[in-house]
Amino acid sequence: MKKNNAHINKDNTVVAIRNLYKSFGDNHVLRGIDLDIYQGENLVVLGRSGTGKSVLIKIIAGLLKPDSGTVTVLGQEVDQLATKELDALRLKIGFSFQHSALYDSMTVGENLAFPLQRHNRSLSADAVKKEVARVLEAVGLSKALHQLPSELSGGQRKRIGIARTLIMQPAIMLYDEPTAGLDPITSMDINNLINEVQESYHTSSVIITHDLTCAKSTGDRIAVLLDGQFLQTGSFEEAVENSTNEQVKSFYDYNFID
Amino acid sequence: MVPAHQSWLDMNERPRKTRTQVFTRKLDAFFLDIYSIGQFTGRFFREAFRPPFEWKEVIRQFYMVGYKSLALVSVTSFVTGIVFTKQSRPSLAEFGATSWLPSLVAIAIIRALAPLVTALIAAGKVGSNIGAELGSMRVTEQIDAMEVSAVNPFRYLVVTRVLATTCMLPLLMLYMAVIALLGAYLNVHNNEQTSLAAFFQNAFEQISFLDIFSSSFKSLLFGFTIGIIGCYKGYYTTQGTQGVGKAANSAVVISMFLIFIEEIIVVQVVNSFR
Ligand SMILES: Nc1ncnc2c1ncn2[C@@H]1O[C@H](COP(=O)(O)OP(=O)(O)OP(=O)(O)O)[C@@H](O)[C@H]1O
Ligand SMILES: [Mg+2]
Repeated sequence: MKKNNAHINKDNTVVAIRNLYKSFGDNHVLRGIDLDIYQGENLVVLGRSGTGKSVLIKIIAGLLKPDSGTVTVLGQEVDQLATKELDALRLKIGFSFQHSALYDSMTVGENLAFPLQRHNRSLSADAVKKEVARVLEAVGLSKALHQLPSELSGGQRKRIGIARTLIMQPAIMLYDEPTAGLDPITSMDINNLINEVQESYHTSSVIITHDLTCAKSTGDRIAVLLDGQFLQTGSFEEAVENSTNEQVKSFYDYNFID
Repeated sequence: MVPAHQSWLDMNERPRKTRTQVFTRKLDAFFLDIYSIGQFTGRFFREAFRPPFEWKEVIRQFYMVGYKSLALVSVTSFVTGIVFTKQSRPSLAEFGATSWLPSLVAIAIIRALAPLVTALIAAGKVGSNIGAELGSMRVTEQIDAMEVSAVNPFRYLVVTRVLATTCMLPLLMLYMAVIALLGAYLNVHNNEQTSLAAFFQNAFEQISFLDIFSSSFKSLLFGFTIGIIGCYKGYYTTQGTQGVGKAANSAVVISMFLIFIEEIIVVQVVNSFR
């Protein structure tokens, strides 16, 4: 399936990262990251386990503070914002967690209603129900409404996690390992869902993964993270398939035998 | 602010260090812990009285705190009442003063036993539960998820739980006192055939408003301590699943430790009013 790139607006940068550094003690995780994310595109960050992919998107969402460098999201520098402004910005960001992070004391329906009820206090119970039904439909899990997260499979939890962010109609989606731990067919469903979200919600997305199939089928552009820096950014062919870097090559050969 | 992750209570760590080194390290960690608990408490007061309020969640937590400890409090208080009365009887009998038994028992229960025993039970049941619950929400990134959806997790999780423990403990304490007195009555009735009305009249002869007030105040303080420590330990849980157990465990130990210190201080202060 070839993706159509017509919706990408290269003149409009939604996330701009400049010279970003982050360490935990002696563990220098990010060492000088520069990255632009354009409006409407799916940008895949590809890298091995432990290279700091999760740290990178947590910094974008303001969950971690950078040691130095700047992260600008929708024109605002994230780590300079006061709580109120940061909250306003976060409403435009959807974060799908690596392990879904569903609230396990609440049913699926309550999970989805949780952010909506707190940000639109005037919304009637019926309107909330309608919205919940709408996003459940969008991720194809209408029947899960009254189930608890513990009763769902890993793939279903991922979908509900995505639905919970969609309910706030974000402009930017951050996916942390959307396909990790899923079988190839379920992975493909999630990949399709990510592309559907991009098309119907006009989101700009960062997709973090070490799954090359996911990178290939969702990414408009791929950025390869290696030793705390971006090695190469470009199409899948440029950045991965035809890469001259030994590590990328062996990563590719090992992963992709089709 | 960096919370003190390393608990000063883990006595078995790092056997290679000398005893003095271990001791100073524990002491450092202890004061760091106290300092961050102070900050955490400050944040509670800053956030608790600002809308929006999570009433529904507060009510749910009220129910959880009561529900979690009610059975154990009932059994413990009833048994305490019976046993305490039974054990005090011989020493009073020596002076032919068994008629003082109801008022002696009432003083012991209302002034000392009820607040302390309720607090220790709640620390064990509720404190550990809060520590484990918030701890697992932390390590499974549910707290981060709340934060990125622009919902203040401190207000939703911490404020509600601390309010619940603070308000529920005085109620549990009063309940505990009544049940313990009923236990005491059972023993007195079996021996002296006293009527219930006479027993309670006798029991409350020596009890003043100050006694009930100071016990309720103590319970309020204990409840606040249990809530704050449980939430603090859970909220700053690290090291994955293993950390959740540690959070629950140290929530219990630290709150019990603080409850004893508070008990001693409040007793001194109240006695100066008598
Ligand atoms: N809160 C933290 N405190 C200390 N170290 C951390 C913290 N978060 C991440 N790290 C460290 O940063 C490094 C990168 O972690 P990160 O979770 O970003 O990896 P990742 O690329 O997402 O890997 P994976 O594919 O396994 O999820 C790891 O070495 C980890 O130990
Ligand atoms: Mg990760």
